[in-house]
Amino acid sequence: MANDKFTNDKFNYLLRLGDTALVLSQQLSKWCGKGPALEEDMALTNVALDLIGQARMWLSYAAEIEGAGRDEDQLAFLRDAHQFRNFLLVEQPNGNYADTLVRQFFFDAWHYFYLGALKQSSDQRIAEIAEKSLKEVTYHLRRSGDLVVRLGDGTELSRSKVQTAVNALWPYTGEMFKADALDDAMTAVGIAPDPASLRAAWLDHVAEIFAEATLTMPAPDAWMQKGGKQGVHTEHLGYLLAEMQFLQRAYPGAQW
Amino acid sequence: MDTQAATTMIDRRNSAQVWSWLAEVPDPEIPVISVVDLGIVRDVAWHGDECVVTITPTYSGCPAMTVIADAITQALREHGIESVRLQTQLSPAWTTDWMSEDGKRKLKAYGIAPPAEQVIDISGLRSDAAAASAISRKRPALVVVCPHCGSSRTRITSQFGSTPCKALYRCDDCLEPFDYFKCH
Repeated sequence: MANDKFTNDKFNYLLRLGDTALVLSQQLSKWCGKGPALEEDMALTNVALDLIGQARMWLSYAAEIEGAGRDEDQLAFLRDAHQFRNFLLVEQPNGNYADTLVRQFFFDAWHYFYLGALKQSSDQRIAEIAEKSLKEVTYHLRRSGDLVVRLGDGTELSRSKVQTAVNALWPYTGEMFKADALDDAMTAVGIAPDPASLRAAWLDHVAEIFAEATLTMPAPDAWMQKGGKQGVHTEHLGYLLAEMQFLQRAYPGAQW
Repeated sequence: MDTQAATTMIDRRNSAQVWSWLAEVPDPEIPVISVVDLGIVRDVAWHGDECVVTITPTYSGCPAMTVIADAITQALREHGIESVRLQTQLSPAWTTDWMSEDGKRKLKAYGIAPPAEQVIDISGLRSDAAAASAISRKRPALVVVCPHCGSSRTRITSQFGSTPCKALYRCDDCLEPFDYFKCH
């Protein structure tokens, strides 16, 4: 097990990126075969596929940094909820389609601006993964933004569902931009951007899409949830992991 | 020809021969184009008797990458190269700019519209304004030509198709749906 503080910090930082991609991918994959339209079904599973690929790259690197003989599969399947470092936003339930869509849009917009900054990371491997992922995420964000406009500026019912989802998920967006000691340590050595520095661009983009979608933007200074990045999760993560990890827990080391 | 005989004929200083063999390895999802047409083979080098092929993934989660790696190894073994090593390179990230002109022609003949717009140039995007333009809804719409009838009156039906590299389009003239190979 890594014992110096820097190695441990970097490991935990990589877990945040990997776990966030992994958990959201798992959520999206639950829509497979149940999407409201064929195109949406394929889009959600395509995005899930990109995210699982990105999660593998982050978690493989995390495992190497940890140097404890674990690999990405062990990190994904053999850790418990309190050891996951994903954002609370991505573990929120799929709900109705508006809930899934708004969760995706908030995340995609953060992901896009964050990866853009992470491409300048002083860590070459991190910069390379960010460069690769950003190309994919650009398409994710175009789709989710387009769809927010289509449903927001759609029927009375679709608009109301999207607005309800926006209001419910808004408190989970603050965590993405709030630095803690681990973020500060990564920023200090040029590995990661200061998350707060991306908030203005994110708010601008969300505001632009919401204006076209005729949606009301909640107050940016509203009270925000936090804890996911530190391993304090909502009840939803446990259920998600129970399903995702069942096979490896019941049949340790099972191979496909 | 047995393997022993084939091996003696391989000129290890000449990787052009290896490239020509790789140009016959089809992409598993779109078998009309090869892994070289697709631009995922980045380098061929000899380290002693070992042939090292550098490939780059198209999309992070592309499930075809494992199949592609196996197909490359198998093809080279069949040509008598006993020791093949595949290595993956992430940067520079794969772009459809690396797709050969021949590959684009074959895609079109197969019924898939080849990449049409300029690559999303994110390398030079530093300012917030520039970064926002790639995701703005006011970005210019690209013209994708229908591979069936050649009409430019087409519209997107989904950003994502049957594989991550494709989008779904529909032609307003011949009314046929078609796949578009996205710029990347």
